Amino acid sequence: MAVTVFAMALQRNLFSAVVLFGLYSFFMATVLVALDAVDVAMTEAAVGAGVSTVLLLGALYLVGGTEAKPLHRPLIPLTLAIAVGVVLAYGMQGLPAFSDPQAPIHTHVAPRYLKEAPSETGVPNVVTAVLASYRGYDTLGETIVVFTAGVGVIALLRRRQRKNK
Amino acid sequence: MTGDLILRIVAKLLMPFMLLFALYVQFHGDYGPGGGFQAGVIAAAAIVFYAITFGLAAAQRLVPERLVERLLALGVLLYAGVGLAGLALGGSYLDYFVLAHDPVHGQHRGIFWVEAGVGITVAAVMLKLFYMFAARGRDAGDL
Amino acid sequence: MTILAGHYSYWITILLMVTGMYILIARGNLLKKLLGLSILQTSVYLLYIAPAKLVGGTAPIVAAGFAVYSNPLPHVLILTAIVVGVATLALGLALVVRIREAYGTIEEDEILALDGGDEGR
Repeated sequence: MAVTVFAMALQRNLFSAVVLFGLYSFFMATVLVALDAVDVAMTEAAVGAGVSTVLLLGALYLVGGTEAKPLHRPLIPLTLAIAVGVVLAYGMQGLPAFSDPQAPIHTHVAPRYLKEAPSETGVPNVVTAVLASYRGYDTLGETIVVFTAGVGVIALLRRRQRKNK
Repeated sequence: MTGDLILRIVAKLLMPFMLLFALYVQFHGDYGPGGGFQAGVIAAAAIVFYAITFGLAAAQRLVPERLVERLLALGVLLYAGVGLAGLALGGSYLDYFVLAHDPVHGQHRGIFWVEAGVGITVAAVMLKLFYMFAARGRDAGDL
Repeated sequence: MTILAGHYSYWITILLMVTGMYILIARGNLLKKLLGLSILQTSVYLLYIAPAKLVGGTAPIVAAGFAVYSNPLPHVLILTAIVVGVATLALGLALVVRIREAYGTIEEDEILALDGGDEGR
């Protein structure tokens, strides 16, 4: 995945950058399956490799295919990015190690959801139960966000009846 | 020309399966991975596939823009409506357990309708986005 | 060297995040910037889901015969995040298309030059 992202950064032909993005989304979906996040992997594969790539290709068709050569060497952004990386690396040492059952993420609310969800909601898929029932408000908000994005794109890209736009 | 023909035949064969798979993912979201979002995106992808193979005009005859716009709002209203139904039947907003005689059945019913609302909105939005981007290029005169 | 071994998922996350951030700020092409933003978003998904996994567990779908499950809460958060991310991408792309029609280009410095020329008037 790292190779894909580096290639994407260096590519100047935008079409190949978009195709690499689709490839990157598929890799991410595979990694998510390896991490046992099956719902998320399905969504990432469908949305990232499907819809995102289609929209990017559509926009690319409307916009034009090659990136211009950068005028000045990007030293400041590179230093900034590496500095942020160093700060993040310093901060991540406080985080729990990979797959630690005693990590706080596993000991507060999650065991209750895993134990109670089938009996309280009758739905074995705990992710769906939490999404639709325990945290239903958040899903309502998210649906409204998707709706707003659709409305926003309609407002931006709608053609008026008169031809001069 | 043969390449085109193969593509059209395969598209015609695959589209019902894609739509069926979208419905399967939607309704089987309770027992396996899946649910509203994935199903909506897969359904939109099926129509996009049709549009890519047969042209935007054919797809717009199949699923008109007006219908997509109406479905967009319908999904959100369905979700909010389930919440209001919970309010009307005696609980708080978005309470599911008052929706049926038995709390667990109520949860089932609530989750079903809520996921249906989400699936409808997501499918309509993705399809509408595709229509907007594709139609823009056509109107600009360089297709 | 246990830092490396126990936290390797975080290293990959940081690498992806930094690359996405670099593309976002260093490249002038607007479409490339949006790609960088998407990479940044997907690295955040990895940041949340990697700690949720328990080795020896399975997907969080309750079934007979399994005792240990991966944590479902980050999955829920990231499902929402993925859909919001594509909504953001769609709006950004619509803006880029309109900018192209208004200015004729999507390179940041050319747009700034065109805009600066207008302000001088």
